[in-house]
Amino acid sequence: MTKHFLLGTAGGLALTVGLASAAAAQSTTLTIATVNNGDMVRMQGLTDDFSEQNPDIQLEWVTLEENVLRQNVTTDISTGGGQYDVITIGTYEVPIWAQNDWLVSLSDGMSEDWNESDLLPAVASGLSVDGELYAAPFYGESSMVMYRTDLMEEAGLEMPDAPTWEFIREAAAAMTDRENDINGICLRGKAGWGENAAFLTAMANSFGARWFDEDWNAQFDSEAWSNTLNFYLDMMEESGPASAANNGFNENLTLFQQGKCGMWIDATVAASFVTNPDDSQVADKVGFALAPDNGLGKRSNWLWAWSLAIPSSSDNVDAAKTFISWATGQGYSELVAENEGWANVPPGTRASLYENPEYLAAAPFAQMTLDSINSADPTNPTVDPVPYTGVQFVAIPEFQGIGTQVGQQFSAALAGQQSAEEALAAAQQLTTEEMEAAGY
Amino acid sequence: MARAITTRKKIMWTALSWGIGLLIFFPILWTFLTSFKSEATAIADPPVWFLFDWTTVNYTDVLERSNYPLALTNSIIIALGSTLLGIIIAVPAAWAMAFVPGKRTKDVLLWMLSTKMLPAVGVLYPLVLIAKYFGILDSRILMVVILMLINLPIIVWMLYTYFREIPVDILEAARMDGANLKSEILYVLTPMALPGIASTILLNIILAWNEAFWTILLTTVSAAPLTKFIASFSAPEGLFYAKLSAASMMAIAPILIMGWFSQKQLVRGLTFGAVK
Repeated sequence: MTKHFLLGTAGGLALTVGLASAAAAQSTTLTIATVNNGDMVRMQGLTDDFSEQNPDIQLEWVTLEENVLRQNVTTDISTGGGQYDVITIGTYEVPIWAQNDWLVSLSDGMSEDWNESDLLPAVASGLSVDGELYAAPFYGESSMVMYRTDLMEEAGLEMPDAPTWEFIREAAAAMTDRENDINGICLRGKAGWGENAAFLTAMANSFGARWFDEDWNAQFDSEAWSNTLNFYLDMMEESGPASAANNGFNENLTLFQQGKCGMWIDATVAASFVTNPDDSQVADKVGFALAPDNGLGKRSNWLWAWSLAIPSSSDNVDAAKTFISWATGQGYSELVAENEGWANVPPGTRASLYENPEYLAAAPFAQMTLDSINSADPTNPTVDPVPYTGVQFVAIPEFQGIGTQVGQQFSAALAGQQSAEEALAAAQQLTTEEMEAAGY
Repeated sequence: MARAITTRKKIMWTALSWGIGLLIFFPILWTFLTSFKSEATAIADPPVWFLFDWTTVNYTDVLERSNYPLALTNSIIIALGSTLLGIIIAVPAAWAMAFVPGKRTKDVLLWMLSTKMLPAVGVLYPLVLIAKYFGILDSRILMVVILMLINLPIIVWMLYTYFREIPVDILEAARMDGANLKSEILYVLTPMALPGIASTILLNIILAWNEAFWTILLTTVSAAPLTKFIASFSAPEGLFYAKLSAASMMAIAPILIMGWFSQKQLVRGLTFGAVK
């Protein structure tokens, strides 16, 4: 019996080694790392069109959760592993990675019909370093107010196209109906640099606050930050949902779709979810407005684009450029429109899309999305000057860590575990320490 | 001596055991139920238990969008390969430590265990660079070797504990009968320690199956196992719980079924030597 056992073991191992060496054989295909969101999944389904045009290029997809993708891709690029030929990255990474020489410039070598000048200037500027484009936007988003038209009418109010924070607070209080489980306003409260820290950073911009002064000194001890956080906490206490400190994008989306929010200020991409009658109980009662301001010249909307880039470790740069030209070109919008309808075309990257009457007719939120994107300026995001780029983030490598820790302080304040002043003092101290340790 | 247990106590203990059992099983049950819901029902508040429109659409979506057979094959090869390779290396090592201990055997054992305390990310870059040098990034052989190395301390420790329960006199008797080292290990020691070896194999297959740090970071497509398959179904913007649950059920089903069939062996192995 033992003999058989050992023979079996040896056989299994031989099989393992054999299969493994077969798997290690070189392949000439493009490996594309991407995140799991609706537009990316749709692109995977439409790649037959690309394969027909380019029969010599095979595509392999690796879809990953956002943070896992970041970890995978950073490891690969920084070791020169060359595992990925096309990667999906956000507006936060592009300037940092481009400065590290981790990305291939897309300013030349793209297909002839790929029209760079058609890209929305606000989006393209966030993806460029020293005038060179390092990533091609696949879809872009800003943030805006989504509100229930029926509840607004019941409250006897009318939403202006460009509301102020005071109006939003007043409307939220008027729409709140605790007995019927309706919260006047739903905002992000879950801790994280891409969750509540993103929202509050963009909100702080409209209150005249900033993360750092021109010498990289943390500014959480400023009056503007105190005004921002106190306003947010007071409004959420008056009109926010009970467990707001745990709510991120997905949680608020659910609440809104179930008719439990009067207003929700979040990513423009949510517009297509809340107006989709298959998922949303309030699909026909949603209106849109620009993110609020305080009359200081900056609105509280952010800017983000999921973009395709080529890591400098890739051996297939030319084929990768061919693919990116296809996926982010004007032709792709038409392909999606043909197969899935105009409402499903990835928004927020090209000016030509917003001149297309068919798209404007199919997407009622199109104009508001475009206005929101155009009003965000990543190179000049705040009222007072700052040494960084980025609207709802600070484009330095340390920001992921610091932003999440600061977000935890804000989230604890929202949960009632500490006051706004305590949260800001803690944020000031930890940011100062981290920045000093990083050598700023 | 057996103690008399009243019926009331019996009922109480049975109820308590069932309660604990169900509590532990609950996450799997909830994942199972969620995998048959629509995305909207999956996040409904208050939660819906059984009365919903059962649908298999999540499973078909998951199968359509990813290469499940490849991920499953990779998981099986990586889990079995790393465990068997580990056993082949660990049996002689554990034999030496159990039956011919030296002055520093205890230190060696503790040192082996201490490698488990090293934060994995600390050796990530050196390992990636070595793998790149040998051209085996994203290969099954790399994953087999790495998971074998990671689990080796546990395999050696478990086997060492089982071997120590075996009276050394039996091995001496075999030697008196003319058995050489190879025959001693293969024909005397191994058959006697088989329950222990079997449970070591089972436990390590489970550990290797669930390992999610190395398997996600060192694979891309060809060697990507089920852990990476699950990681592809979480979404930052949009609903994903039902599909993620379906992917999770598909990933844990094989190991769950293996666990059910071998639970007798597992329990026996884990308690082997508890009663002398």
